[in-house]
Amino acid sequence: MTASQLGPAAGPLRELDARGLKCPMPIVRTAQAMKELAAGELLEVVATDPGAVADFAAWSRTTGHQLLSSVSADGEFRFLLRHK
Amino acid sequence: MGDDEQISLVLFSGTEDRLQAAAVLTAGAAALGRPVHIFLQYWALDAFRADRIERPLPLAPEAGAEGRAAVDALARAGQQGWAETLRQAKEIGQVDIQACSLSMDLLQLEPAQLDPLVDGVEGVTAFYVNAGEGQLLFI
Repeated sequence: MTASQLGPAAGPLRELDARGLKCPMPIVRTAQAMKELAAGELLEVVATDPGAVADFAAWSRTTGHQLLSSVSADGEFRFLLRHK
Repeated sequence: MGDDEQISLVLFSGTEDRLQAAAVLTAGAAALGRPVHIFLQYWALDAFRADRIERPLPLAPEAGAEGRAAVDALARAGQQGWAETLRQAKEIGQVDIQACSLSMDLLQLEPAQLDPLVDGVEGVTAFYVNAGEGQLLFI
């Protein structure tokens, strides 16, 4: 699933470009961005750190923020998160 | 595993690579909502002096010339410095950084000489009590 497939009913989408950031900054920036969102709001993150797929899954499990999708393509990782 | 599971780090070494590793571990824990308690001893404490915190530091002996080149390449590729990573960890989570009182004596330091990243000075007893039952790492 990508943000566009959710449609306008899903509400506003915040985007975070974490490409080029080294571990753990993609997660740190995501945690910072999430603090500014309200329950149910969406955040899409693009990262290139090779640990990102495992890190976003683990971070989502621990914090309770829902990881709606995790897509890898062309050396980039795209994550769609919903604030708990 | 609860969100309140605290991690305690004793930072002893003042080399750039070890401080960088500690900062990464701290930021990762803070992003997960885990409180981090850092105790600064010896040469790590020296690196937190306000007048030295931006100063270039050596690497651990095992790094060698190749290691130095690799660390410098990572910095050029955008990895931020350890102090900045710690500042951001403090912004997103609960990170408490305390100077070891014995090391303050050793280095003849006053609290005002430390970077604002350092929250206070404590002895080893307070450190253990504050560390509680959580994991403890020595770096």
